[in-house]
Amino acid sequence: MARARRQLQQINAGSMADIAFLLLIFFLVSSTMDTDMGIVRKLPPMPDEKQQQKDEVKVKERNIFVVLVNRNNQLLVEGELMDIKDLREKTKEFISNPNNDPNLPAKELIEVNYFGPIEVTKAHVISLQNDRGTSYEMYIAVQNELAAAYNELRDELATYKFGMEYSDLSGEGEVDERQKAIDEIYPMKISEAEPKNVGGI
Amino acid sequence: MSRFGKDKKKVVTPISTASLPDVVFMLLFFFMVTSVLREVNMIVDLRVPTADQVKKLEEKSLVSYIYIGKPVNVKVFGTIPRIQLNDAFAEPDQIRDFIAQKRELLNEFERNKMTVSLKIDKKTEMGIVSDVKQELRKASALKINYSTFEGDVIQALSGR
Repeated sequence: MARARRQLQQINAGSMADIAFLLLIFFLVSSTMDTDMGIVRKLPPMPDEKQQQKDEVKVKERNIFVVLVNRNNQLLVEGELMDIKDLREKTKEFISNPNNDPNLPAKELIEVNYFGPIEVTKAHVISLQNDRGTSYEMYIAVQNELAAAYNELRDELATYKFGMEYSDLSGEGEVDERQKAIDEIYPMKISEAEPKNVGGI
Repeated sequence: MSRFGKDKKKVVTPISTASLPDVVFMLLFFFMVTSVLREVNMIVDLRVPTADQVKKLEEKSLVSYIYIGKPVNVKVFGTIPRIQLNDAFAEPDQIRDFIAQKRELLNEFERNKMTVSLKIDKKTEMGIVSDVKQELRKASALKINYSTFEGDVIQALSGR
């Protein structure tokens, strides 16, 4: 009886820190802190069977910018062999058509918020086609350069009009009216051809 | 003299370590909350390409990953690039089930926000990538992300 009544000894909490450290190290090792980044794209929806046949939209020659990448990772832009370094400038020229060149896409007068009536190359299309043997690295490089052309044009316009870069116009994850206006002037139109089985892998 | 002796004895009070567990626990909780556990065992070897027009992927819970690269165990599985879904190799036609299964895990109102992140080795040929994209279109998982490092493209290309 006397023994049972003895005062309870305090539990030694000294090892608590050790246990916590152990858990801490486990989480440090097993966790990934890296944020995933990349080029965001939207795939076109799969066409219906019926739609497939009649869906051959005719686009005027001057409005199409054809980018071909072959299995040796060579670039053919509008029928000319080109280095990846020059693709960005060439694309920018195509999208904006600054000098109203009759070989570059036709301009249309549209009404845009903040800008008023403005001429834009509304009907332009960039057509990207690649071979099954093209390397993924080259494909991403081309995608990147095309996206860069759009982003640079948008940035230039945003800086000119609003004194800010395009991405600074809105908060995180929000769409600003001013960005929408710029999107209307430079709509991103990158079309990827339906893959054709030509040679196989 | 005796006065000095008394003073010296007082100096050796030990620092209390009682708050140490609290500090460590705080760190622990911080890491538990901020970290995402590594979800899969990589069975393909991949180095993603470089790009500079990148966006950060938000909301990891809405992202599913598809990996393509050479198998790590070359002796058994060869060197032809393969698709990895979850913890196993897969064929392109399994992607639809995979997407359906991932979609099932999300809340109904979040399903259209689902993003598929493609982590693909840069030396892969586009053939297999096109197949995967075609399957994703069939599964109507249209929001995709080509996972890349951030860096200068031209430099990365010429540095091969």
